Amino acid sequence: MNTYAIRVIYKYEMLRAWETLAQSFASPVISTVLYFVVFGSAIGTRIETVEGVGYGTFLVPGLMMLALLTQSIANASFGIFFPKFTGTIYEVMSAPISIVEILIGYVGAAATKSFIIGLIILGTAGFFVPLHIAHPVWMIGFLILTCISFSLFGFIIGLWATDFEKLQLIPMLVITPMVFLGGSFYSIDMLPPAWQTATLFNPVVYLISGFRWSFFEVADVSVELSLALVLAFLSICLVIVWWMFKTGYRLKQ
Amino acid sequence: MQPIVSISNLSKTYSNGFQALKNVNLDIQSGEILALLGPNGAGKTTLISIICGIVNASTGSVIVGGHDIIADYRITRSMIGLVPQELTLGAFDTVWNTLCFSRGLFGKIPDPAFLEKLLKDLSLWDKKKSMLMFLSGGMKRRVLIGKALAHEPVVLFLDEPTAGVDVELRKDMWALVQRLRESGVTIILTTHYIEEAEAIADRVGIINHGELLLVDDKHALMHKLGKRQLIVELEKKISDLPKALTEWTLDLSSDGSRLTYTYDPLKIKTGIDGLLQAIREADLLIKDVHTKKTSLEEIFVSLVNTKK
Ligand SMILES: Nc1ncnc2c1ncn2[C@@H]1O[C@H](COP(=O)(O)OP(=O)(O)OP(=O)(O)O)[C@@H](O)[C@H]1O
Ligand SMILES: [Mg+2]
Repeated sequence: MNTYAIRVIYKYEMLRAWETLAQSFASPVISTVLYFVVFGSAIGTRIETVEGVGYGTFLVPGLMMLALLTQSIANASFGIFFPKFTGTIYEVMSAPISIVEILIGYVGAAATKSFIIGLIILGTAGFFVPLHIAHPVWMIGFLILTCISFSLFGFIIGLWATDFEKLQLIPMLVITPMVFLGGSFYSIDMLPPAWQTATLFNPVVYLISGFRWSFFEVADVSVELSLALVLAFLSICLVIVWWMFKTGYRLKQ
Repeated sequence: MQPIVSISNLSKTYSNGFQALKNVNLDIQSGEILALLGPNGAGKTTLISIICGIVNASTGSVIVGGHDIIADYRITRSMIGLVPQELTLGAFDTVWNTLCFSRGLFGKIPDPAFLEKLLKDLSLWDKKKSMLMFLSGGMKRRVLIGKALAHEPVVLFLDEPTAGVDVELRKDMWALVQRLRESGVTIILTTHYIEEAEAIADRVGIINHGELLLVDDKHALMHKLGKRQLIVELEKKISDLPKALTEWTLDLSSDGSRLTYTYDPLKIKTGIDGLLQAIREADLLIKDVHTKKTSLEEIFVSLVNTKK
């Protein structure tokens, strides 16, 4: 195991976030605050409680997930796309390191960043609404698992993308709609029956549902199913990355 | 002695169907400086990229230090340093950080003292805190060399190290290459500049259209293929070669003022004496005479052209 390589990749990826501190950490916080103002204050006054939880409080897990997903993907995809774009990737490719080490370095750093962002958002939310976390360990577990899975997914997008447009394509056209329609801001029960069924095909629903359960012990689908789905997603991503490296996909001609 | 790098039957066809390398075989000895000479698109970068693990070979194998570059990639890659052709550097890193990164990436324990010495050798020590994007092209090139040497490799690939580098810096670069060789590093460099190969290489390989046309000791190569030319400037221009001179293989310049005679200086009878006699007998007045050694460049051009 080339631990020095893992260390420097991780360190320099984190350093990059540190140098662009405002972008990395401040912007998710600001957008969360805006969501609270818009959804919590404006709409929240009309919706009293959702499944027995105050609407503002109910929003917290969904907002965290929204930020985690978009940030994990953005961080990880950019982290690998940029060296590919500038050509500095040659050094990583010519170094004595394995796929596993590259993944731990790049995906680990991206996941760490979004984990920190998740906690910052939780803290920010605490200023606006009373927080309630029924199962903190599960909550952290879901948080970590989501950060890793979606950073890995972002890494795949970064490897796949050949230009900046493609880099934005999937996050914009697939992830954002899925998160918005995945019950970030409402409970599935609030939808008409036909929509409820349709929503069950949206994997993000399971993610948010499981995460929300760790806060309020209420869930749209069972926790086991949520967990199984996240793990399945993680496994699929791992297989894809492994295949990409093995075939040299978009890296080695 | 076992070669430090051994390339066997190496071919590369890119995914678009273009064959960039055709059955290349090459042994590189430990401690030598090998120059790979070839025109644009010859396959030099492709060859280097395969050895360094950046491009997958289609067929064939490469052994570095007795280890296969695929099966034992960890061993071979830690032996190799690569200075890429393009100035590919992150913009926001500092010189010092990027060197530390390179060293770590190649699995070496941090060694600030070594990196300090390296930066001083490259005259970059005063720039160690500078952001890479504020460096000049020549400095960036030296940073790339520093990055490639940061993990103390025993084989160094320099892909066109002096492209876009001024004369003085080029001389510095050559001196650096010599110093590295003295410290035991094997150096493979690609270049378009024949003078560069002539000036610093021990052996020269000529590559064109993906084929390694020949590899030979630099002096042997010039000896073997090096012809001399006798150039005779005439007092009066002539339109045709006089009859008496047609038996000599002479080139008459297009303006009719110069005769060029190519001969082999190693032959006992070069024919110069007879030629000069014949010119005088043909009533041509000689204004000036000089000889010229064919350079590697001409050897190169003639090789590349005949193989087309
Ligand atoms: N990724 C690629 N896909 C398809 N063809 C490629 C690729 N990379 C290089 N080639 C082709 O392979 C040939 C050899 O390229 P290479 O870069 O090895 O040449 P070179 O000798 O280094 O040239 P130069 O002196 O210009 O650097 C060229 O014709 C080039 O167009
Ligand atoms: Mg090249």
